[in-house]
Amino acid sequence: MTVVPAPLSEDDVRHVAKLARLSLSDAEVVTFTEQLRSVLDHAADVEALDLDGVLPTAHPLEISNVLRADEIRESLERAEVFAAAPRVADNRFSVPKIVGDAP
Amino acid sequence: MSARSIARDVTDGTRTARAVTEEALQTIADQDSEIHAFLDLQNESALIRADEIDALIAKGGEAGPLAGVPIALKDNMCQEGEVTSCASKILAGWRPPYDATVVAKLRAAGAVVVGKTNMDEFAMGSSTENSAFGPTRNPHDVTKVPGGSSGGSAAAVAAAMVPLSLGSDTGGSIRQPAALCGVVGVKPTYGLVSRYGLVAFASSLDQIGPFAADVTDAALLLEVIAGHDFMDSTSLNFPVPTLVDRLHDGVEGLKVGLCHELLNGVSDEVNASVRNAAKVLEDAGALISEIAIPELSLGLSAYYLIAPAEASSNLARYDGVRYGVRVDADDVTAMNTATRTAGFGDEVKRRIMLGTYALSAGYYDAYYGQAQRVRTLIISAFAKAYESVDLLLGATTPTTAFPLGDKVGDPMAMYQSDICTIPTNLAGHPAIAVPFNRGTDGLPIGVQLLGPALSEQRLFQAAKVIEDGAPA
Repeated sequence: MTVVPAPLSEDDVRHVAKLARLSLSDAEVVTFTEQLRSVLDHAADVEALDLDGVLPTAHPLEISNVLRADEIRESLERAEVFAAAPRVADNRFSVPKIVGDAP
Repeated sequence: MSARSIARDVTDGTRTARAVTEEALQTIADQDSEIHAFLDLQNESALIRADEIDALIAKGGEAGPLAGVPIALKDNMCQEGEVTSCASKILAGWRPPYDATVVAKLRAAGAVVVGKTNMDEFAMGSSTENSAFGPTRNPHDVTKVPGGSSGGSAAAVAAAMVPLSLGSDTGGSIRQPAALCGVVGVKPTYGLVSRYGLVAFASSLDQIGPFAADVTDAALLLEVIAGHDFMDSTSLNFPVPTLVDRLHDGVEGLKVGLCHELLNGVSDEVNASVRNAAKVLEDAGALISEIAIPELSLGLSAYYLIAPAEASSNLARYDGVRYGVRVDADDVTAMNTATRTAGFGDEVKRRIMLGTYALSAGYYDAYYGQAQRVRTLIISAFAKAYESVDLLLGATTPTTAFPLGDKVGDPMAMYQSDICTIPTNLAGHPAIAVPFNRGTDGLPIGVQLLGPALSEQRLFQAAKVIEDGAPA
Protein backbone atom coordinates (compact mmCIF):
# COMPACT_ATOMS: atom_id res chain seq x y z
CA MET A 1 0.00 0.00 0.00
CA THR A 2 1.43 3.35 -0.96
CA VAL A 3 1.52 6.27 1.43
CA VAL A 4 -0.91 9.05 0.56
CA PRO A 5 1.11 12.28 0.45
CA ALA A 6 0.20 15.50 2.25
CA PRO A 7 -1.67 18.11 0.17
CA LEU A 8 0.46 20.10 -2.25
CA SER A 9 1.82 23.23 -0.58
CA GLU A 10 3.01 26.55 -1.99
CA ASP A 11 6.53 25.52 -1.05
CA ASP A 12 6.12 22.34 -3.09
CA VAL A 13 5.13 24.47 -6.09
CA ARG A 14 8.13 26.76 -5.59
CA HIS A 15 10.36 23.70 -5.38
CA VAL A 16 9.08 21.99 -8.56
CA ALA A 17 9.16 25.32 -10.43
CA LYS A 18 12.83 25.62 -9.52
CA LEU A 19 13.52 22.03 -10.62
CA ALA A 20 11.69 22.70 -13.90
CA ARG A 21 13.58 25.98 -14.46
CA LEU A 22 10.48 28.16 -14.21
CA SER A 23 10.29 31.38 -12.26
CA LEU A 24 6.93 32.21 -10.67
CA SER A 25 5.60 35.41 -9.14
CA ASP A 26 4.04 35.17 -5.68
CA ALA A 27 0.59 35.53 -7.24
CA GLU A 28 1.34 32.71 -9.69
CA VAL A 29 2.45 30.47 -6.83
CA VAL A 30 -0.95 30.94 -5.18
CA THR A 31 -2.93 30.29 -8.38
CA PHE A 32 -0.86 27.32 -9.54
CA THR A 33 -0.96 25.73 -6.08
CA GLU A 34 -4.74 25.88 -6.07
CA GLN A 35 -5.03 24.55 -9.63
CA LEU A 36 -2.50 21.75 -9.24
CA ARG A 37 -4.06 20.75 -5.94
CA SER A 38 -7.44 20.30 -7.68
CA VAL A 39 -5.84 17.95 -10.21
CA LEU A 40 -4.10 15.98 -7.45
CA ASP A 41 -7.34 15.88 -5.43
CA HIS A 42 -9.03 14.33 -8.45
CA ALA A 43 -6.23 11.77 -8.56
CA ALA A 44 -7.09 10.66 -5.02
CA ASP A 45 -9.11 7.79 -6.56
CA VAL A 46 -5.92 6.48 -8.15
CA GLU A 47 -3.76 7.12 -5.09
CA ALA A 48 -6.16 5.27 -2.81
CA LEU A 49 -6.22 2.01 -4.76
CA ASP A 50 -4.45 -1.02 -3.38
CA LEU A 51 -2.46 -2.12 -6.42
CA ASP A 52 0.19 -4.26 -4.79
CA GLY A 53 1.08 -6.97 -7.26
CA VAL A 54 -0.09 -5.03 -10.33
CA LEU A 55 2.83 -4.37 -12.64
CA PRO A 56 3.22 -0.82 -13.96
CA THR A 57 2.80 -0.15 -17.70
CA ALA A 58 5.24 2.38 -19.10
CA HIS A 59 4.33 1.85 -22.72
CA PRO A 60 1.47 0.19 -24.65
CA LEU A 61 3.64 -1.87 -27.00
CA GLU A 62 5.63 -4.92 -26.04
CA ILE A 63 8.77 -3.89 -27.83
CA SER A 64 12.30 -3.45 -26.62
CA ASN A 65 15.75 -2.69 -27.98
CA VAL A 66 14.56 -1.55 -31.39
CA LEU A 67 17.60 -1.01 -33.58
CA ARG A 68 17.88 0.03 -37.19
CA ALA A 69 20.31 -1.55 -39.59
CA ASP A 70 23.86 -0.34 -38.99
CA GLU A 71 24.25 1.47 -42.29
CA ILE A 72 25.73 4.86 -43.07
CA ARG A 73 22.97 7.26 -44.05
CA GLU A 74 22.71 10.88 -44.97
CA SER A 75 22.50 13.15 -41.95
CA LEU A 76 21.66 16.81 -41.43
CA GLU A 77 24.13 19.43 -42.54
CA ARG A 78 25.76 21.22 -39.62
CA ALA A 79 24.87 24.62 -41.07
CA GLU A 80 21.16 23.66 -41.26
CA VAL A 81 21.14 22.67 -37.62
CA PHE A 82 22.96 25.78 -36.43
CA ALA A 83 20.62 27.96 -38.47
CA ALA A 84 17.89 27.25 -35.90
CA ALA A 85 20.02 27.94 -32.81
CA PRO A 86 19.72 31.24 -30.93
CA ARG A 87 23.52 31.69 -30.57
CA VAL A 88 26.32 29.95 -32.42
CA ALA A 89 30.07 30.50 -32.24
CA ASP A 90 32.86 28.61 -34.04
CA ASN A 91 30.58 25.77 -35.18
CA ARG A 92 29.27 25.24 -31.66
CA PHE A 93 26.11 26.11 -29.76
CA SER A 94 26.99 29.10 -27.63
CA VAL A 95 25.83 29.44 -24.03
CA PRO A 96 26.77 31.69 -21.10
CA LYS A 97 29.83 30.55 -19.20
CA ILE A 98 29.06 27.47 -17.07
CA VAL A 99 32.21 27.19 -14.93
CA GLY A 100 34.09 30.03 -13.29
CA ASP A 101 37.49 31.43 -14.31
CA ALA A 102 40.59 29.56 -13.18
CA PRO A 103 41.86 30.96 -9.87
CA MET B 1 -15.56 18.44 -52.50
CA SER B 2 -14.16 15.18 -51.19
CA ALA B 3 -10.45 14.40 -51.28
CA ARG B 4 -11.11 11.30 -53.37
CA SER B 5 -13.05 13.31 -56.01
CA ILE B 6 -10.28 15.89 -56.17
CA ALA B 7 -7.62 13.19 -56.57
CA ARG B 8 -9.67 11.51 -59.29
CA ASP B 9 -10.27 14.76 -61.18
CA VAL B 10 -6.64 15.84 -60.94
CA THR B 11 -5.40 12.40 -61.99
CA ASP B 12 -7.66 12.21 -65.06
CA GLY B 13 -6.98 15.82 -66.01
CA THR B 14 -10.50 17.16 -65.40
CA ARG B 15 -9.06 19.76 -63.04
CA THR B 16 -5.54 20.94 -62.34
CA ALA B 17 -3.88 20.74 -58.96
CA ARG B 18 -3.18 24.45 -59.33
CA ALA B 19 -6.89 25.29 -59.73
CA VAL B 20 -7.77 23.15 -56.70
CA THR B 21 -5.00 24.72 -54.62
CA GLU B 22 -5.92 28.27 -55.64
CA GLU B 23 -9.52 27.58 -54.66
CA ALA B 24 -8.48 26.25 -51.24
CA LEU B 25 -6.19 29.24 -50.63
CA GLN B 26 -9.02 31.60 -51.62
CA THR B 27 -11.48 29.89 -49.23
CA ILE B 28 -8.91 30.20 -46.45
CA ALA B 29 -8.32 33.88 -47.28
CA ASP B 30 -12.09 34.49 -47.19
CA GLN B 31 -12.84 32.64 -43.97
CA ASP B 32 -9.83 32.40 -41.75
CA SER B 33 -9.82 35.94 -40.41
CA GLU B 34 -12.92 34.87 -38.50
CA ILE B 35 -12.05 31.22 -37.69
CA HIS B 36 -8.26 31.45 -37.19
CA ALA B 37 -7.68 27.80 -38.02
CA PHE B 38 -4.24 28.55 -39.49
CA LEU B 39 -1.07 29.84 -37.87
CA ASP B 40 0.94 29.89 -41.08
CA LEU B 41 0.02 29.63 -44.75
CA GLN B 42 2.32 28.28 -47.43
CA ASN B 43 0.65 29.83 -50.48
CA GLU B 44 3.77 30.07 -52.58
CA SER B 45 5.21 26.61 -51.92
CA ALA B 46 1.73 25.05 -52.23
CA LEU B 47 1.31 26.48 -55.74
CA ILE B 48 4.81 25.36 -56.72
CA ARG B 49 3.97 21.86 -55.49
CA ALA B 50 0.63 21.92 -57.35
CA ASP B 51 2.41 22.87 -60.58
CA GLU B 52 4.85 19.99 -60.09
CA ILE B 53 1.94 17.58 -59.75
CA ASP B 54 0.24 19.00 -62.85
CA ALA B 55 3.51 18.69 -64.80
CA LEU B 56 3.94 15.11 -63.65
CA ILE B 57 0.41 14.18 -64.73
CA ALA B 58 0.82 15.98 -68.07
CA LYS B 59 3.83 13.73 -68.73
CA GLY B 60 1.73 10.65 -67.94
CA GLY B 61 3.23 10.11 -64.49
CA GLU B 62 1.53 8.67 -61.41
CA ALA B 63 0.83 11.48 -58.93
CA GLY B 64 -0.51 9.27 -56.15
CA PRO B 65 -3.76 8.62 -54.27
CA LEU B 66 -3.98 12.21 -52.97
CA ALA B 67 -3.03 13.89 -56.27
CA GLY B 68 -3.56 17.62 -55.89
CA VAL B 69 -5.48 17.32 -52.60
CA PRO B 70 -4.94 20.34 -50.32
CA ILE B 71 -4.11 19.35 -46.75
CA ALA B 72 -3.39 21.21 -43.52
CA LEU B 73 -0.98 20.06 -40.80
CA LYS B 74 -1.18 20.63 -37.08
CA ASP B 75 1.67 22.94 -36.16
CA ASN B 76 3.53 20.25 -34.21
CA MET B 77 4.61 18.38 -37.35
CA CYS B 78 8.01 19.27 -38.76
CA GLN B 79 8.26 20.45 -42.31
CA GLU B 80 11.66 21.34 -43.69
CA GLY B 81 12.09 25.11 -43.87
CA GLU B 82 8.49 25.88 -42.84
CA VAL B 83 7.59 27.49 -39.52
CA THR B 84 6.70 24.89 -36.88
CA SER B 85 5.85 26.59 -33.60
CA CYS B 86 3.58 24.18 -31.67
CA ALA B 87 1.59 27.38 -31.00
CA SER B 88 4.27 28.29 -28.46
CA LYS B 89 6.28 31.48 -28.08
CA ILE B 90 9.31 29.35 -27.24
CA LEU B 91 9.35 27.94 -30.81
CA ALA B 92 8.00 31.04 -32.57
CA GLY B 93 9.53 31.19 -36.04
CA TRP B 94 11.38 27.88 -35.73
CA ARG B 95 12.02 26.26 -39.11
CA PRO B 96 12.94 22.56 -38.82
CA PRO B 97 15.77 21.23 -40.96
CA TYR B 98 13.84 18.06 -41.88
CA ASP B 99 10.42 16.67 -42.79
CA ALA B 100 8.33 14.50 -40.51
CA THR B 101 7.70 11.05 -42.02
CA VAL B 102 4.00 11.88 -42.46
CA VAL B 103 4.98 14.96 -44.46
CA ALA B 104 7.21 12.87 -46.73
CA LYS B 105 4.42 10.32 -47.19
CA LEU B 106 1.88 13.01 -48.05
CA ARG B 107 4.26 14.48 -50.60
CA ALA B 108 4.83 11.05 -52.17
CA ALA B 109 1.03 10.60 -52.35
CA GLY B 110 0.61 13.86 -54.30
CA ALA B 111 -0.98 15.94 -51.51
CA VAL B 112 -0.41 19.70 -51.36
CA VAL B 113 0.31 21.11 -47.91
CA VAL B 114 -1.29 24.57 -47.68
CA GLY B 115 -0.37 25.50 -44.12
CA LYS B 116 0.00 24.78 -40.43
CA THR B 117 -2.96 24.82 -38.11
CA ASN B 118 -3.56 26.30 -34.69
CA MET B 119 -3.48 24.14 -31.57
CA ASP B 120 -3.22 24.31 -27.83
CA GLU B 121 0.42 25.06 -27.00
CA PHE B 122 2.42 21.82 -27.30
CA ALA B 123 -0.94 20.01 -27.73
CA MET B 124 -1.84 20.61 -24.08
CA GLY B 125 -5.49 21.54 -23.90
CA SER B 126 -9.00 20.73 -25.05
CA SER B 127 -10.17 24.00 -26.63
CA THR B 128 -7.27 25.52 -28.65
CA GLU B 129 -7.49 28.49 -26.27
CA ASN B 130 -4.02 27.65 -24.97
CA SER B 131 -2.44 28.73 -28.26
CA ALA B 132 0.09 31.52 -27.72
CA PHE B 133 -1.25 33.06 -30.94
CA GLY B 134 -4.95 33.34 -30.06
CA PRO B 135 -7.80 30.82 -30.15
CA THR B 136 -9.50 29.13 -33.08
CA ARG B 137 -13.27 29.51 -33.34
CA ASN B 138 -15.80 26.79 -34.08
CA PRO B 139 -17.04 27.24 -37.68
CA HIS B 140 -20.56 26.18 -36.62
CA ASP B 141 -20.73 28.98 -34.03
CA VAL B 142 -17.83 31.39 -33.67
CA THR B 143 -18.65 32.06 -30.00
CA LYS B 144 -17.80 28.40 -29.26
CA VAL B 145 -14.48 26.55 -29.02
CA PRO B 146 -13.53 24.06 -31.75
CA GLY B 147 -12.19 21.65 -29.13
CA GLY B 148 -8.53 20.78 -28.88
CA SER B 149 -5.77 20.37 -28.93
CA SER B 150 -6.00 19.90 -32.74
CA GLY B 151 -8.72 22.58 -32.99
CA GLY B 152 -7.28 24.33 -36.03
CA SER B 153 -7.09 21.10 -38.04
CA ALA B 154 -10.69 20.21 -37.12
CA ALA B 155 -12.00 23.70 -37.90
CA ALA B 156 -10.15 23.89 -41.23
CA VAL B 157 -11.96 20.74 -42.43
CA ALA B 158 -15.29 21.73 -40.84
CA ALA B 159 -15.20 25.09 -42.65
CA ALA B 160 -14.32 23.28 -45.93
CA MET B 161 -11.08 25.24 -46.25
CA VAL B 162 -9.33 21.92 -46.90
CA PRO B 163 -10.79 18.44 -47.38
CA LEU B 164 -8.14 16.81 -45.16
CA SER B 165 -5.89 17.63 -42.25
CA LEU B 166 -3.67 15.88 -39.75
CA GLY B 167 -3.78 16.16 -36.00
CA SER B 168 -2.19 14.41 -33.06
CA ASP B 169 -4.08 12.64 -30.28
CA THR B 170 -2.51 12.14 -26.86
CA GLY B 171 -5.70 12.03 -24.78
CA GLY B 172 -8.39 12.83 -27.34
CA SER B 173 -6.87 15.76 -29.23
CA ILE B 174 -8.13 14.49 -32.60
CA ARG B 175 -11.46 12.90 -31.64
CA GLN B 176 -12.72 15.60 -29.26
CA PRO B 177 -12.32 18.52 -31.73
CA ALA B 178 -13.63 16.30 -34.55
CA ALA B 179 -16.81 15.69 -32.54
CA LEU B 180 -17.21 19.35 -31.59
CA CYS B 181 -16.65 20.50 -35.20
CA GLY B 182 -18.77 17.81 -36.88
CA VAL B 183 -16.00 16.04 -38.81
CA VAL B 184 -14.45 12.56 -38.74
CA GLY B 185 -11.36 12.18 -36.54
CA VAL B 186 -9.26 9.06 -36.11
CA LYS B 187 -6.80 8.09 -33.39
CA PRO B 188 -4.95 5.12 -34.93
CA THR B 189 -3.37 2.25 -33.02
CA TYR B 190 -0.24 3.42 -31.20
CA GLY B 191 2.66 2.77 -33.57
CA LEU B 192 0.61 2.55 -36.79
CA VAL B 193 1.66 6.02 -37.96
CA SER B 194 5.26 7.15 -37.61
CA ARG B 195 5.89 9.98 -35.17
CA TYR B 196 9.29 10.90 -36.57
CA GLY B 197 9.11 14.68 -36.81
CA LEU B 198 6.12 15.04 -34.48
CA VAL B 199 7.10 17.33 -31.61
CA ALA B 200 6.80 15.11 -28.53
CA PHE B 201 4.29 15.78 -25.76
CA ALA B 202 3.72 12.43 -23.98
CA SER B 203 5.61 9.81 -25.90
CA SER B 204 3.82 6.69 -24.66
CA LEU B 205 0.48 8.21 -25.74
CA ASP B 206 1.01 10.52 -28.75
CA GLN B 207 -0.27 9.38 -32.13
CA ILE B 208 -0.82 11.19 -35.45
CA GLY B 209 -4.14 10.70 -37.23
CA PRO B 210 -6.49 12.08 -39.88
CA PHE B 211 -9.35 14.55 -39.97
CA ALA B 212 -11.75 14.40 -42.92
CA ALA B 213 -15.27 15.44 -43.81
CA ASP B 214 -16.32 11.81 -44.16
CA VAL B 215 -15.26 8.29 -43.21
CA THR B 216 -14.08 7.36 -46.71
CA ASP B 217 -11.68 10.28 -46.96
CA ALA B 218 -10.37 9.54 -43.46
CA ALA B 219 -9.70 5.94 -44.52
CA LEU B 220 -7.90 7.12 -47.65
CA LEU B 221 -5.67 9.46 -45.64
CA LEU B 222 -4.87 6.88 -42.96
CA GLU B 223 -3.77 4.40 -45.63
CA VAL B 224 -1.36 7.03 -46.95
CA ILE B 225 0.25 7.94 -43.61
CA ALA B 226 0.34 4.49 -41.96
CA GLY B 227 3.28 2.13 -42.14
CA HIS B 228 6.52 1.09 -40.54
CA ASP B 229 9.31 3.64 -40.22
CA PHE B 230 12.73 2.81 -38.90
CA MET B 231 13.13 6.43 -37.81
CA ASP B 232 10.51 5.85 -35.07
CA SER B 233 11.46 3.11 -32.63
CA THR B 234 7.81 2.81 -31.54
CA SER B 235 6.62 2.23 -35.10
CA LEU B 236 4.83 -1.10 -35.61
CA ASN B 237 6.25 -3.41 -38.22
CA PHE B 238 2.83 -4.41 -39.50
CA PRO B 239 1.22 -4.20 -42.95
CA VAL B 240 -0.85 -1.07 -43.66
CA PRO B 241 -4.50 -2.06 -43.07
CA THR B 242 -6.81 -2.20 -46.10
CA LEU B 243 -9.46 0.37 -45.31
CA VAL B 244 -10.98 1.94 -48.42
CA ASP B 245 -11.47 -1.29 -50.36
CA ARG B 246 -13.16 -2.99 -47.42
CA LEU B 247 -15.17 0.00 -46.21
CA HIS B 248 -18.52 -1.34 -47.36
CA ASP B 249 -18.28 -4.81 -45.82
CA GLY B 250 -20.93 -3.90 -43.26
CA VAL B 251 -21.45 -4.96 -39.65
CA GLU B 252 -23.54 -8.13 -40.00
CA GLY B 253 -22.84 -10.23 -36.89
CA LEU B 254 -20.41 -7.67 -35.46
CA LYS B 255 -20.60 -7.56 -31.65
CA VAL B 256 -20.68 -3.99 -30.35
CA GLY B 257 -20.70 -3.12 -26.67
CA LEU B 258 -22.50 0.04 -25.59
CA CYS B 259 -20.04 1.08 -22.91
CA HIS B 260 -21.53 2.38 -19.67
CA GLU B 261 -18.43 4.32 -18.62
CA LEU B 262 -18.33 6.12 -21.97
CA LEU B 263 -21.84 7.45 -21.31
CA ASN B 264 -21.34 8.28 -17.66
CA GLY B 265 -21.87 11.98 -16.98
CA VAL B 266 -22.59 12.90 -20.60
CA SER B 267 -25.52 15.16 -21.47
CA ASP B 268 -28.90 13.56 -22.16
CA GLU B 269 -28.80 14.52 -25.82
CA VAL B 270 -25.30 13.07 -26.32
CA ASN B 271 -26.45 9.90 -24.56
CA ALA B 272 -29.46 9.71 -26.89
CA SER B 273 -27.22 10.17 -29.95
CA VAL B 274 -25.00 7.27 -28.90
CA ARG B 275 -28.03 5.04 -28.33
CA ASN B 276 -29.44 6.04 -31.73
CA ALA B 277 -26.09 5.23 -33.32
CA ALA B 278 -26.27 1.79 -31.65
CA LYS B 279 -29.72 1.36 -33.22
CA VAL B 280 -28.26 2.21 -36.64
CA LEU B 281 -25.64 -0.51 -36.17
CA GLU B 282 -28.26 -2.96 -34.91
CA ASP B 283 -30.50 -2.29 -37.93
CA ALA B 284 -27.51 -3.11 -40.13
CA GLY B 285 -27.06 -6.49 -38.43
CA ALA B 286 -24.71 -5.76 -35.54
CA LEU B 287 -25.33 -7.40 -32.17
CA ILE B 288 -25.55 -4.71 -29.52
CA SER B 289 -25.03 -5.39 -25.83
CA GLU B 290 -24.52 -3.13 -22.83
CA ILE B 291 -21.16 -3.49 -21.13
CA ALA B 292 -19.62 -2.04 -17.98
CA ILE B 293 -15.85 -1.54 -17.72
CA PRO B 294 -15.50 0.20 -14.32
CA GLU B 295 -11.72 0.58 -14.63
CA LEU B 296 -12.17 3.11 -17.45
CA SER B 297 -13.43 5.68 -14.94
CA LEU B 298 -9.90 5.76 -13.47
CA GLY B 299 -8.49 6.85 -16.82
CA LEU B 300 -8.75 10.60 -16.34
CA SER B 301 -6.79 10.63 -13.08
CA ALA B 302 -4.14 8.26 -14.39
CA TYR B 303 -3.77 10.25 -17.60
CA TYR B 304 -3.31 13.59 -15.84
CA LEU B 305 -0.38 12.10 -13.93
CA ILE B 306 1.22 10.10 -16.76
CA ALA B 307 0.93 12.69 -19.55
CA PRO B 308 2.33 15.59 -17.47
CA ALA B 309 5.14 13.34 -16.18
CA GLU B 310 6.19 12.50 -19.73
CA ALA B 311 5.71 16.12 -20.81
CA SER B 312 7.93 17.45 -18.03
CA SER B 313 10.69 15.23 -19.35
CA ASN B 314 10.07 15.89 -23.06
CA LEU B 315 9.89 19.65 -22.62
CA ALA B 316 13.18 19.81 -20.72
CA ARG B 317 14.77 20.18 -24.18
CA TYR B 318 13.48 23.77 -24.51
CA ASP B 319 16.41 25.36 -22.79
CA GLY B 320 17.30 28.17 -25.18
CA VAL B 321 20.38 26.41 -26.56
CA ARG B 322 19.75 24.41 -29.74
CA TYR B 323 16.54 25.86 -31.19
CA GLY B 324 13.77 28.30 -30.46
CA VAL B 325 13.87 31.48 -28.50
CA ARG B 326 16.48 32.47 -25.89
CA VAL B 327 16.17 35.09 -23.19
CA ASP B 328 19.71 36.09 -22.26
CA ALA B 329 20.97 36.02 -18.69
CA ASP B 330 24.33 35.96 -16.93
CA ASP B 331 24.64 32.24 -16.31
CA VAL B 332 23.23 29.12 -17.90
CA THR B 333 20.66 28.31 -15.23
CA ALA B 334 19.35 31.87 -15.24
CA MET B 335 19.21 31.80 -19.06
CA ASN B 336 17.32 28.48 -19.05
CA THR B 337 14.88 29.80 -16.46
CA ALA B 338 14.33 33.16 -18.15
CA THR B 339 13.81 31.46 -21.52
CA ARG B 340 11.31 28.89 -20.23
CA THR B 341 9.45 31.41 -18.05
CA ALA B 342 8.96 33.78 -20.98
CA GLY B 343 8.46 31.07 -23.60
CA PHE B 344 5.87 28.74 -22.07
CA GLY B 345 2.21 29.57 -21.43
CA ASP B 346 0.36 28.82 -18.20
CA GLU B 347 -1.08 25.43 -19.17
CA VAL B 348 2.34 24.16 -20.27
CA LYS B 349 3.82 25.41 -17.00
CA ARG B 350 1.07 23.66 -15.04
CA ARG B 351 1.71 20.36 -16.77
CA ILE B 352 5.48 20.62 -16.43
CA MET B 353 5.15 21.34 -12.71
CA LEU B 354 2.55 18.64 -12.18
CA GLY B 355 4.72 16.13 -13.99
CA THR B 356 7.86 17.19 -12.14
CA TYR B 357 5.97 16.78 -8.87
CA ALA B 358 4.52 13.38 -9.82
CA LEU B 359 8.01 12.15 -10.67
CA SER B 360 9.84 13.68 -7.72
CA ALA B 361 11.36 11.78 -4.83
CA GLY B 362 8.77 10.85 -2.23
CA TYR B 363 5.81 11.20 -4.60
CA TYR B 364 6.83 8.95 -7.48
CA ASP B 365 5.16 5.82 -6.08
CA ALA B 366 1.99 7.56 -4.92
CA TYR B 367 1.41 9.34 -8.22
CA TYR B 368 3.34 8.21 -11.27
CA GLY B 369 3.82 4.62 -10.12
CA GLN B 370 0.16 4.27 -9.14
CA ALA B 371 -0.95 5.79 -12.45
CA GLN B 372 1.19 3.29 -14.37
CA ARG B 373 -0.41 0.43 -12.43
CA VAL B 374 -3.86 1.83 -13.21
CA ARG B 375 -2.80 1.84 -16.83
CA THR B 376 -2.23 -1.90 -16.53
CA LEU B 377 -5.71 -2.32 -15.00
CA ILE B 378 -7.29 -0.42 -17.86
CA ILE B 379 -5.43 -2.44 -20.49
CA SER B 380 -6.52 -5.72 -18.81
CA ALA B 381 -10.10 -4.51 -18.52
CA PHE B 382 -10.21 -3.63 -22.22
CA ALA B 383 -8.73 -7.04 -23.08
CA LYS B 384 -11.45 -8.75 -21.06
CA ALA B 385 -14.17 -6.65 -22.72
CA TYR B 386 -12.85 -7.50 -26.17
CA GLU B 387 -13.27 -11.20 -25.39
CA SER B 388 -17.04 -10.65 -25.53
CA VAL B 389 -17.40 -7.78 -28.03
CA ASP B 390 -15.59 -6.73 -31.21
CA LEU B 391 -15.93 -2.98 -30.76
CA LEU B 392 -17.15 -0.52 -28.13
CA LEU B 393 -19.46 2.41 -28.71
CA GLY B 394 -19.74 5.52 -26.53
CA ALA B 395 -19.71 9.28 -26.47
CA THR B 396 -16.72 11.25 -27.74
CA THR B 397 -17.39 14.32 -25.60
CA PRO B 398 -19.76 14.90 -22.67
CA THR B 399 -21.45 17.87 -24.37
CA THR B 400 -21.48 19.86 -27.60
CA ALA B 401 -18.93 22.68 -28.05
CA PHE B 402 -18.69 25.01 -25.05
CA PRO B 403 -18.30 28.82 -25.15
CA LEU B 404 -14.88 30.39 -25.55
CA GLY B 405 -13.54 31.37 -22.14
CA ASP B 406 -15.87 28.99 -20.31
CA LYS B 407 -13.24 26.68 -18.81
CA VAL B 408 -9.92 28.53 -19.17
CA GLY B 409 -9.76 29.45 -15.48
CA ASP B 410 -10.56 25.94 -14.26
CA PRO B 411 -8.07 23.38 -15.58
CA MET B 412 -9.86 20.43 -13.96
CA ALA B 413 -13.15 21.34 -15.71
CA MET B 414 -11.25 21.55 -19.00
CA TYR B 415 -9.62 18.15 -18.38
CA GLN B 416 -13.05 16.58 -17.85
CA SER B 417 -13.85 17.12 -21.53
CA ASP B 418 -11.35 14.34 -22.33
CA ILE B 419 -13.02 11.79 -20.07
CA CYS B 420 -14.39 9.58 -22.89
CA THR B 421 -11.32 9.71 -25.10
CA ILE B 422 -8.45 9.12 -22.65
CA PRO B 423 -8.82 5.35 -21.99
CA THR B 424 -8.04 4.56 -25.64
CA ASN B 425 -4.70 6.36 -25.46
CA LEU B 426 -3.70 4.66 -22.22
CA ALA B 427 -4.27 1.29 -23.93
CA GLY B 428 -2.64 2.28 -27.24
CA HIS B 429 -5.82 1.32 -29.09
CA PRO B 430 -7.52 2.93 -32.09
CA ALA B 431 -10.78 4.88 -31.96
CA ILE B 432 -12.80 7.02 -34.35
CA ALA B 433 -15.16 9.94 -33.82
CA VAL B 434 -18.03 10.02 -36.32
CA PRO B 435 -20.45 12.94 -36.68
CA PHE B 436 -23.99 11.75 -35.95
CA ASN B 437 -26.48 14.57 -35.42
CA ARG B 438 -26.84 17.98 -33.81
CA GLY B 439 -27.81 19.08 -30.32
CA THR B 440 -30.63 21.47 -29.43
CA ASP B 441 -28.05 24.28 -29.76
CA GLY B 442 -27.54 23.30 -33.40
CA LEU B 443 -23.97 22.13 -32.75
CA PRO B 444 -22.56 18.80 -33.90
CA ILE B 445 -22.55 15.64 -31.79
CA GLY B 446 -20.07 12.90 -32.68
CA VAL B 447 -20.16 9.34 -31.40
CA GLN B 448 -17.05 7.30 -30.72
CA LEU B 449 -16.17 3.75 -31.77
CA LEU B 450 -13.30 1.99 -30.01
CA GLY B 451 -11.52 -1.23 -30.86
CA PRO B 452 -8.56 -3.34 -29.81
CA ALA B 453 -5.08 -2.74 -31.27
CA LEU B 454 -5.00 -2.87 -35.08
CA SER B 455 -8.79 -3.17 -35.48
CA GLU B 456 -8.90 -0.19 -37.85
CA GLN B 457 -10.57 -2.12 -40.66
CA ARG B 458 -13.55 -3.06 -38.48
CA LEU B 459 -13.69 0.38 -36.90
CA PHE B 460 -13.94 2.05 -40.29
CA GLN B 461 -16.58 -0.43 -41.48
CA ALA B 462 -18.75 0.28 -38.44
CA ALA B 463 -18.08 4.02 -38.73
CA LYS B 464 -19.24 3.92 -42.35
CA VAL B 465 -22.51 2.24 -41.31
CA ILE B 466 -23.09 4.90 -38.64
CA GLU B 467 -22.29 7.68 -41.11
CA ASP B 468 -24.71 6.27 -43.69
CA GLY B 469 -27.45 5.82 -41.09
CA ALA B 470 -26.97 9.12 -39.28
CA PRO B 471 -29.94 11.53 -39.34
CA ALA B 472 -29.51 14.03 -42.17
